[in-house]
Amino acid sequence: MSMIEFHDVQKYYGDFQALKDINLTVEAGETVVLIGPSGSGKSTLIRTINGLEPIQEGKLIVNGYDLADKKTDPNKIRKDVGMVFQHFNLYANKTVLQNIMLAPKIVLKRPDEENREFAMSLLKKVGLESKADSYPRQLSGGQQQRIAIARSLAMKPKCLLFDEPTSALDPEMIDDVLNVMKDIARDSSMTMLVVTHEMGFAREVGDRVIFMDAGQILEDDTKEQFFDGEPTNERARQFLSKIIVHK
Amino acid sequence: MIHIFATQWQSLLYGLGQTLLCSIIALFFSLIIGSLFAIFEIMPNKLMRIIGRVYVEIFRNIPLLVITMFFFVVLPLYVTKINGFTAGTIGLTIYTSAFIAETVRSGIQSVDEGQMEGALSNGLSFWQSMRFIVLPQAFKIVIPPLGNQFINLVKNSSVLAFVAGFDLMYQGNMIANDTLQTMPTFFAVGILYLIITMPLSYYMRHLEKKLA
Repeated sequence: MSMIEFHDVQKYYGDFQALKDINLTVEAGETVVLIGPSGSGKSTLIRTINGLEPIQEGKLIVNGYDLADKKTDPNKIRKDVGMVFQHFNLYANKTVLQNIMLAPKIVLKRPDEENREFAMSLLKKVGLESKADSYPRQLSGGQQQRIAIARSLAMKPKCLLFDEPTSALDPEMIDDVLNVMKDIARDSSMTMLVVTHEMGFAREVGDRVIFMDAGQILEDDTKEQFFDGEPTNERARQFLSKIIVHK
Repeated sequence: MIHIFATQWQSLLYGLGQTLLCSIIALFFSLIIGSLFAIFEIMPNKLMRIIGRVYVEIFRNIPLLVITMFFFVVLPLYVTKINGFTAGTIGLTIYTSAFIAETVRSGIQSVDEGQMEGALSNGLSFWQSMRFIVLPQAFKIVIPPLGNQFINLVKNSSVLAFVAGFDLMYQGNMIANDTLQTMPTFFAVGILYLIITMPLSYYMRHLEKKLA
């Protein structure tokens, strides 16, 4: 079964059309990288997948639930679809450990002992065991983002969405976060959708690359097609050449 | 004034007790009702937002005395008779809750939106996100203005005097009429109000520092 299916999805902010004729299928276990200039709708697209942005037309089926149906409770999807944000969005009033343990405790009713052990194992995985009792404001951006990833993983999601996870970070912190994400992509069967400008990440662990501009999907290629061949779309070629020059 | 305290301490103490009781009850319920309507005002559901807005706009724009009189005079005509203390406490609760709703709403809106989005995408429901993540941060921000509302509430409880609520103000009036010692009586009453409001004000400051 596909994890995510967009069928002719349209999304408007008032008169402005943010997503145009989106058709996209993501299979379970795939790692898909979304690129494109700012304002192209990548973030909007990824935010519709867990119901943070409603869509106005079309069908959007995530993990078997139709998000376009008003009767669908987005909460049912969010249990299985985690999200990592550009600005981390860690709970400012909770310690690192509490951040990770809160949702499993309340939503999944995971027993305390098991919850704590799993949270600590995730902290170890992201290399921040020593920060269990710190508050988010005491951590660097890179550390906060790794905690945010651990918090999402604590729900044992089937799918993880990343909305520009490294764009707000100092250059030196980016690798730490990318390494954690690469580990997840390699070691787990989780579906990953990643909005990013990190082409190295896309090359290394991406299965597919999607290029968006002006609310539309212009390219949907395998990684090999996109990087080693040539994107067929002129706008995508342009964009790609600029990014590669920067590298 | 010492003479007033010495001879009238029973009435004054009773009044102080009624004022304190009314204030505590009204504070407790107006905080709950106010927070609830504050949440209504920012809910995604439009109908709930309208309900919240209408409640706040109606009750913060009608004089407290009018609301209280409604419960003391109008309601008994059609429904059931309630005593002055109850009518005053209900009036005070409703009136104050409208102001608390505005205060708490501003607090909720000053919490970064990402906190709610983070909680929602983590699988928490709207109400769970409010309770565990947004409200604790919002209350911390609005402690100073909330303190003002609490102090206003204690002082506004003097509305009980109009509906025979036997509060401090009511007792002061009675004593002044009986003894004709107007100035010392109201000095004494003022001091007794300060005995409630000053510690409250001090405590809110303390809370503000502690949570900062």
